[in-house]
Amino acid sequence: MSSATSIQTSDKPLGRDDLARLVARDISPGSFVNLGIGQPTLVSNYLEPEQNITLHTENGMLGMGPEATGDQIDGDLINAGKIPVTELPGASYFHHADSFAIMRGGHLDICVLGAFQVSATGDLANWHTGAPDAIPAVGGAMDLATGAKDVFVMMTLLTREGVSKLVESCSYPLTGIGCVTRVYTDKAVFLTGPDGVQVRETFGCSLEELQALVPVPLAAASA
Amino acid sequence: MLNFVDTVGEAVAGIQDGSTVMIGGFGNAGQPFELIDALMDCGATDLTVVNNNAGQGDQGLALLIKEGRVKKMICSFPRQSDSWHFDAKFRAGEIELELVPQGNLAERIRAAGAGIGGFFTPTGYGTMLAEGKETRFLDGKWQVFETPIHADVALIKALTADGKGNLVYRKTARNFGPIMAAAAKHSIVQVSEIVPTGGLDPEVIVTPGIYVNSIVKVA
Repeated sequence: MSSATSIQTSDKPLGRDDLARLVARDISPGSFVNLGIGQPTLVSNYLEPEQNITLHTENGMLGMGPEATGDQIDGDLINAGKIPVTELPGASYFHHADSFAIMRGGHLDICVLGAFQVSATGDLANWHTGAPDAIPAVGGAMDLATGAKDVFVMMTLLTREGVSKLVESCSYPLTGIGCVTRVYTDKAVFLTGPDGVQVRETFGCSLEELQALVPVPLAAASA
Repeated sequence: MLNFVDTVGEAVAGIQDGSTVMIGGFGNAGQPFELIDALMDCGATDLTVVNNNAGQGDQGLALLIKEGRVKKMICSFPRQSDSWHFDAKFRAGEIELELVPQGNLAERIRAAGAGIGGFFTPTGYGTMLAEGKETRFLDGKWQVFETPIHADVALIKALTADGKGNLVYRKTARNFGPIMAAAAKHSIVQVSEIVPTGGLDPEVIVTPGIYVNSIVKVA
């Protein structure tokens, strides 16, 4: 099983920042990208200027810069997580219908989202636990999942209880069907699609050890 | 007809009980706090409110909800760390919620202003937010039929108006303002500055004055 060892690229699981660095490195130069609230926001810390990435925020801006600090803080300039941000040279503002036309119209290259669960065929569940007492809030999650050309998910592979979030089919309410193309986790990078799940690389485990954790058939991605 | 009024109280005086009111803003950016306070003071109740959220903290829309003046919220993201007034009303069964994906919310508002009777969109297909809705396979994907959201009144915050009611906004505070101005029968706008007709470059006007009915300057 030489392929199993050859795809292990780290002797230990990746931390949140290492994972964010890896996602940032995988974004093609010149891309238009939307980073979801939470862990995906970390990716912006690792984008290099020479990548020439333009960040979109769904409340109506392209060319979003880093989080604002001190005198830069302006209540009229916030991101989708309602955090004050800055604008970069070449930024543009537009109203909400235009902002979501940018998504729905397939103009964004990549969005990076968090998830509760992802299925083997790329279904995404990330907006609602379905608990009877939960107050549902969807925001732009469904629009992002449906609209971007590539949907990357960043999550820990296992829940706190040790259950895989990569599943045969999602038990949580769906956000989108067959929309996820890649799943970045602390233990491996998965490629999802109609043909099932391929593993691009593993961190701190072999493919066999990974397979023991995940209830869907895994295959090493062909290089 | 366009009116310039002196106070926010005059601006909202005509809002009736049972109205559907669109309120601009995404979080606090672009939220017309002074107009919402005036709506609170004018006593109109039994309102249906359209906004992205359902109020933050203890101000603006959150207070309108706390005081029981809102019977229904149409929004995309009601639950936040500081949405305690909405959360309490919702858990007590005292407020109705129509939850709409954010882009569908924006496009349904846009459709109302543009005279569109409805549209098919892939967003939400196969999810619980599309249950019971008509679906069709169009343009290579399954799509869901969504209907326009009309309103009696819109409350909007812009940066500057000119004498014709043309508007420009500021940064991400623009958000829902332009589409709500077009969708409501009566649009009320608070601005920081009013300039004479001709004082705004026609090339940079975001909302043409035809969509605007009342303008009030707030400090």
